[in-house]
Amino acid sequence: MTALVEVKGLDKVFGGVHAVEDVNFSVEAGKVYSVIGPNGAGKTTLLNLITGLYTPTKGEIRLGDESTARLTSNQLAERGMCRTFQHMQVCMNMTAIENVMLGLHLRFNSGLLATLFRLPSMRRNEALARERAAQLMDYVGCGDYLASEASAMSYGALKRLELARALAVDPKVILLDEPAAGLNATETAALEELIRKIAEQGVTVILVEHDMKLVMGISDQLLVLNYGRVLAEGTPEQISQNPDVIAAYLGG
Amino acid sequence: MLNQIMQSRLRGVMLLGLILIFLPAFFANPFHYELAIQVGIVAATVVGLNLLVGFAGQISLGHAGFFGLGAYFSGIATGTYGWSSIPALVAGAIAVGVVAWIVGRPILRLKGHYLSMATLAVGFIIAIILENERALTGGPDGMSVPPLEVFGWQLSTFGRYSLFGLEISGVQAWYMVAGVLLVIATWFALNIIESPIGRALRSLKGSEVAAGVVGVNTTKYKSLVFVVSAVYASIMGGIYAHFQGFITPDLASFDFSIVLITMVVIGGMGSTFGVILGAVVIELLPQALADFQELEMAMFGLILMVTMIFMPKGLLPTLNSVVPNITRKKAAEVRHDSTG
Repeated sequence: MTALVEVKGLDKVFGGVHAVEDVNFSVEAGKVYSVIGPNGAGKTTLLNLITGLYTPTKGEIRLGDESTARLTSNQLAERGMCRTFQHMQVCMNMTAIENVMLGLHLRFNSGLLATLFRLPSMRRNEALARERAAQLMDYVGCGDYLASEASAMSYGALKRLELARALAVDPKVILLDEPAAGLNATETAALEELIRKIAEQGVTVILVEHDMKLVMGISDQLLVLNYGRVLAEGTPEQISQNPDVIAAYLGG
Repeated sequence: MLNQIMQSRLRGVMLLGLILIFLPAFFANPFHYELAIQVGIVAATVVGLNLLVGFAGQISLGHAGFFGLGAYFSGIATGTYGWSSIPALVAGAIAVGVVAWIVGRPILRLKGHYLSMATLAVGFIIAIILENERALTGGPDGMSVPPLEVFGWQLSTFGRYSLFGLEISGVQAWYMVAGVLLVIATWFALNIIESPIGRALRSLKGSEVAAGVVGVNTTKYKSLVFVVSAVYASIMGGIYAHFQGFITPDLASFDFSIVLITMVVIGGMGSTFGVILGAVVIELLPQALADFQELEMAMFGLILMVTMIFMPKGLLPTLNSVVPNITRKKAAEVRHDSTG
């Protein structure tokens, strides 16, 4: 297996704060790779760096054969990377299905002229996009909201909607920032099932999560961050027995 | 019902067309026509501005600048250089589009108040240029513009024309032109909104971060919508110049920019038919308040304030949420009857 995402010597400094410091790891294609750590450990910063929302102070990020540290998030989407957010970023001024169709932007776009005159080519594209978006909503389990406004959806449903939108990009790698935050046990179990399904389809998953049961259950590999530095890396078994991790994070 | 009509693009445009066709039945004199033409031209401008402000969530406090530029481009090209009207309008739209693109690239990086200030400055600069380039624009005294001329056919408000054997006056002919333009402007805007481009624009307002991570080039789409709305303003500015026959730098003034934004906000941001209603209300209110004489502006301000307090979403969206409550109940009853 080759590394799909590779991070080398990554540094991010905010003012005087070293949010991420000398982080190295690589994620193999098709695996579920989780990043855990106490609050403020730099997990979300790391995700923001990988997905192009922040530019690293130092270090290198590679996606496949390409160095991507200087690319913007939309350029990364073109290369097959997408993500969800800890604080959901759903467009509340649109319907649920339009949010997912937004994820299909790169695949079903039409030119300005075709749009102005609503040419048949554009209408065909729209029909295809709508169909695909509906499939994705079913897939993540919010098929009941096909005709809803996004603003009328429950928190749990919105989280799944955001996942559907990310999947719409048809990503090689998907990054999930605390997808289980705010979900109850049943919803979390459903989410675990969903992430497993996504990984089985060959999509690499990078997961930031606090729910240990979820993380230990589905991860192939784990990275533990503490104060912006790597504390440990390994399989769930190795991590759960690592004395440093237990001291810093998991607790006695 | 109202909601359904407004949600369907085609039915909305058809309803607008019908209203425009039957409206002249209420016109008593040429002044009413002139007022309607002016409202129509401004409404089409506002439909374009709404794409930028209402849908993409950006702001322009200098949009009258583009309207003024379009007006002067048409005025100078046809008046001074003897161009035909249509080529002048097209060239003006392209020129203003290029200006908007060049100006927009750097300033659309700004957000919120900073973007307001930058667009405000753009408007001021355009107004100052129009005022000072006396040789070209006639300065603060303004300049006269020849009537609209299409394929050697002149459309003057003072003319008389025959259409399919019907004798019509100049203002009636102009009313048709303005009406057709408003319908086309609306149709284009609705087509843009309900498309991948439209979703990309709305996502700029909904969540710019989300737009970026799914592959929307946010910089590109901000520029695009800024240019499109400036082109709307430019074309309608050119049409306005031909209609009035005389233009002054006031067209590009800050005051007029604010009027345009007010129409968007009062009518209902992000509602194409709403902002048309906003244009109608803001243009006609001073006429209705003329009886109050010196209190006119105070009354005008008061009405705007009360509207914004009680209808913060704007006129049409508020109406939309009140009326369906009644019709929905009826619809539910009907559905119940048919199933039971």
